[in-house]
Amino acid sequence: MATAAKARAAKTDSTVRVRRVQAADIPHVIGLDTRVTKLAKAEYWNDVFVRYGKRRLHERFFLVAESRVDKADPHVLGFIIGEIRAWEFGSTPCGWVFALSVEPEMRLHGIGSALFEAISREFKKAGVGKMRTMVARDAPLQLLFFRSEGMMAGPYIQLEKDLD
Amino acid sequence: MKLQISTRLAIFAVLELTAREGCQLSVADIGEKYGVSSHHLAKVMHVMGRAGLVRSVRGAGGGYQFAGNPRRTTLLDVALLFEELSSVEHDGGAANATPEDQALREVLNEIDDIACATLGSITIATMRKLVDRRGTSGGRRSKTDVPGRRNQSRL
Repeated sequence: MATAAKARAAKTDSTVRVRRVQAADIPHVIGLDTRVTKLAKAEYWNDVFVRYGKRRLHERFFLVAESRVDKADPHVLGFIIGEIRAWEFGSTPCGWVFALSVEPEMRLHGIGSALFEAISREFKKAGVGKMRTMVARDAPLQLLFFRSEGMMAGPYIQLEKDLD
Repeated sequence: MKLQISTRLAIFAVLELTAREGCQLSVADIGEKYGVSSHHLAKVMHVMGRAGLVRSVRGAGGGYQFAGNPRRTTLLDVALLFEELSSVEHDGGAANATPEDQALREVLNEIDDIACATLGSITIATMRKLVDRRGTSGGRRSKTDVPGRRNQSRL
């Protein structure tokens, strides 16, 4: 089934299941990321899978959303990755979300929210009470999404400098 | 950061009009809740009407309805109708600007950028969630509780 057709087949939240990533999902993750960013990074995603899909799973969460409709050929509709980090920047342990992507044709169908809620539950189960992320100021889509999920500005300001 | 009273009233009005699907309110209804004159609010609604954010419904029981998409309309969209918030070059950009002017411009532009990004990242739907979470959606204010006074520091 073509990607677009698969995406249209899963029209509601109830047809989406969120689970941990598996090796077979990585080509789908790479494909989705390439469609969204227009930049293929297979090596990067294979490395992320090794680090976040196989190791220290009690504090690292690489979750995918798949359609329940096409059980014979599960299709990744989106993914979210995060981990619990502690004491960096003087912070007590908290969950960091550093990647989130949803199939463009499936946006506004609750998949991002399902992924966000799933990783929130994982963070909570792991014992942290705060989650954070970082979003580019000129990325309105991501900003709007995280805001809609109730995220507010945190106590940190990100600083940077050009290295001559 | 301070917003003009007109901006704050416009945001409050939009929040009132999006409290329920198909909600229709008169300027008197909204003005009473926020303790402002219908005259002032009518001017604000007129600006939003021209921008296509609200539509007026004529006749008995008429009033205003929200005409935008609450999930797509941001606080920045509303604020820009009444304020100059865009990250404009401050005076330090002039040809004769001193290094001090330029340094100050850089800092002020950073503040403007953050303010615009924040207002542009919060939709009316998200604001409604924030309001509902605080349980203030049904709260009524006294005539003396003018948004421009008590709440000046909140925005």
